[in-house]
Formats: sequence, C-alpha cells, structure tokens
Amino acid sequence: MSRRHLKKKYEELLLAFLRLGAEDQLYSAQQLGKWFLRQNVAPEDIIDFHLAALEHHVELSGPVRASFQLLTEVMIEYGIAYREHLFLRDKQQQLESEIEVAVTMQHTLLPEELPAPSALDIGMISVPCKKMSGDYYNFLVRDDHTLGIAVADIVGKGIPAAMSMSMIKYAMDGLSGCAAFPAEMLCHLNRVVERNIDPSMFITMVYGAYDLQEHRFRYAVAGHEPGFWYRSCRKELYDLEGSGLALGLQCDSTYEEYELQLEQGDLIILFTDGVTERKVGNHFLRRTELKALIMELIDLPCQEIVDSLYRKLLNLSNHELPDDHTMIAIRRTK
Amino acid sequence: MAERCSIHVHTEHDIVRARQVGRHIAKQMGFGTIVQSRITTAISELARNIFLYAGTGTITIEQIRQGKKIGLRVIAEDEGPGIPDIRKAMEDGYSTSGGLGAGLPGVKRLMDYFLIDSVPHRGTKVTVVKWRD
Repeated sequence: MSRRHLKKKYEELLLAFLRLGAEDQLYSAQQLGKWFLRQNVAPEDIIDFHLAALEHHVELSGPVRASFQLLTEVMIEYGIAYREHLFLRDKQQQLESEIEVAVTMQHTLLPEELPAPSALDIGMISVPCKKMSGDYYNFLVRDDHTLGIAVADIVGKGIPAAMSMSMIKYAMDGLSGCAAFPAEMLCHLNRVVERNIDPSMFITMVYGAYDLQEHRFRYAVAGHEPGFWYRSCRKELYDLEGSGLALGLQCDSTYEEYELQLEQGDLIILFTDGVTERKVGNHFLRRTELKALIMELIDLPCQEIVDSLYRKLLNLSNHELPDDHTMIAIRRTK
Repeated sequence: MAERCSIHVHTEHDIVRARQVGRHIAKQMGFGTIVQSRITTAISELARNIFLYAGTGTITIEQIRQGKKIGLRVIAEDEGPGIPDIRKAMEDGYSTSGGLGAGLPGVKRLMDYFLIDSVPHRGTKVTVVKWRD
C-alpha cells in the first residue's frame, strides 16, 4: 500500500468524523490503527497524515501548525522504539524456531518408548518447566534379565543443561556393560562428567538395576533426592535410602550400592527434585505431604499414578512449574 | 545548491546548531517535513554522541549526488575514545533501554545508508545518507 493511499484513507476518515462526529468513525479509526500497524506505519507518519488532512479542509492558525512540529519530534522517538520492537519480535521468532529445533533434537536423546517387561508395570512422566529440559531419564534393556533405570537432574536449567544431556546419554550408551552394576555405572559416569563439564555444573542421578528374574532392585545414588518404595502387603510407603556425591564434583567419587527385594504389588518411585521443590500455599511441599498424595493414588496403574500426581501437584502449586518434573513408577505385577 | 556545512561540536548548544543546519538543508533539498525531522533526529543523536563520549568533534552536512539521485550526507567525526564493541553498540534493545545511550541502531533506521568506523583510543567516524525519493 502506497503512502499516498494510506494518507488518503486517513483524510477520508477524518473528514467523515468532522462532519458527523459519530462513534462509527471512531470505531473505524480504531480499525484503521490496526491496519496501519500491519502496514508498519510509524507514529510520526500518522501525525503527518493528520496535519496534511487538516490543512486541506480547515484553516489552521500558525501556532497550531507549528505545534505539530513539536509533536512530530517527540513521536519520532516512539517511532524508533516501535521499529526496534518489530525487529526484536522477528529476532525472537527466529530464536524460538531455533530452540524448537533444539527441543526436537533433545527428544532424540530420550528413550522413544517405555520398556514393557512382562513382570513389570512402568509409568513415566517428564515435563520441562521451560522448553528445554534439564531432567534426563533412561532405560537400559539387557538380555541378562536386567533392566537399568536412570533418573538424573542436570543442575542448571535450560540450554546449558540440555547440552550436557547428550554427554550423559552417549556415556551411558558406552557403559551398557555396567548396566547391572549401579555403583560401577555411577563411578564411570562421574569420571566422564567430571572431565567434561563446566566446574559450576553438576549432575545428580539415581541409577538402579532391576533383576527381572529375582525381582531385586539394586541401586546407587549420586547426590539425588531418594525416591520411595511401596510394600504392598503392609500398604506402606518408605523412603529409598541412599546417598553419594553428585556427578562431576570429584574425579574419584565412589558409590555405595543398596538393595531391595520386591514382592508382587510392590512399587518403586523415582523422581527429580522438580517434583518436590515447589511451593504449596506459603510453604514448600513437605515429603510427608507428597507421600500422602502418592498413597491416594497407589492402587492405580503406574502411568496413571505419575500422570495424576503431576496434575494434582500442579493444582496445588497454582499451576506453576518452577523446575523440570520427572517421575518414574515401577510395579512388580507378577 | 550544493551546500556543505561543518559544525564543530563542543557544547550542547552545538547540537542544537547542527540540528538547525541539518533541518535547513533538508528543507532546501525538498525533503518532506517528517523526513526533515527524521534527518534532524539522526544528526541530533550523532552530535550528542560526540558531546557525551568524545567531548569534541565535527558534524559535516552536505548534499551529494549519485547518478540521478540526490541525497543528504552527514558525517560525524571525533577523536574520542572510540567504541570498544561496535556490534554491541549496534545491537537493538540498547538504544531505547538507555543502556548505552548512543542510539546508533535508531540512527541507522532513520537513514538509508549507515557506515561506522571506530578505533579504540583513536576516534569514531559515522557516515549516514538519506536519499530523496
């Protein structure tokens, strides 16, 4: 649309308004404003349109005409800010589409589907608080009746955390020989992380090996918040014990192994601290509260447990998700 | 017709003088009132940068011709500290936030041609042109 045409449109509308003075023209003016915005018309141009239109139809006194110059001068700054805003908006869209590509790439680092061994029911949820997640999970399915399960939290959010994720993924790919040996797995991962990560960053992880024949769950912890386990016959939810130094802090960290014997109906629940570190009303979610919430859902299939808990927690914390939220629930069904 | 005028910038009043001269030449060259104001604003920003960051410098305003086109060229020159990070100074978001106060991206937007040459501790030269339609 040419400048002359825009100018003419404005003049027609102004004339109609001066003749009729009705809300109709004001409404049209609002619409015209939107249209001008779409045409990237600067604010100072509209002042120019206004003055030119007035001069065609009204006798303007010298001071009135001169005053427009002052107004124009002020509006030019707004015009600059407006054009800058347009530019920044474009740039933001460009960045967002770049991030979308990175998000898609990040998804390829995570397992495509959950393993489905016949004796287990597994549920999993992982929701990033921003576009890119700092939470990582992995399942190692082995021929020797071992199912390896890892849940990790890369400390620090967003893009740097996401970039570290690929390191964990590739390191784990190369360590499938350790899948049945949690302490060894963490020990190796720690060395990889310590060598390759920025000193300001570290990774917490719980890694467990589930023996699908013996139904023994052996695990080790690296600075990660311990999960829960549920004894079905007692209807009781317990804390998973365990501690150890987070990955990437010291090159020679060693890890202790813990063991659980699961019976039919028993459950293991692993998660990242995004699940617990949230405000409920005025206080931070207490572990006892989380336990009570899980107990309300404990008889549901695992996927429903993790999904329902996510929704419940989101409601309780005012629909805010301050950190990435990842939870895996595993039940021995046979 | 081919006017050329240099203004030595030393005080804030010189900024006003540079604006006056710029507006006058722009008007004589037949630019519309809005474009006159845009050119004046650009000159104002350039002169102000000299005043604020270099202390003294020169604004040269002249009519130029390229083939059939005529344009108004402004050269702002100083021997001040120079701009250490030109990319940052040209980055959007700094001009309106007042962070650098230099408003160079704004000047670039107001004009058709923009060239900056700045050497730390040696000085800065900004050349801008507005072509007449």
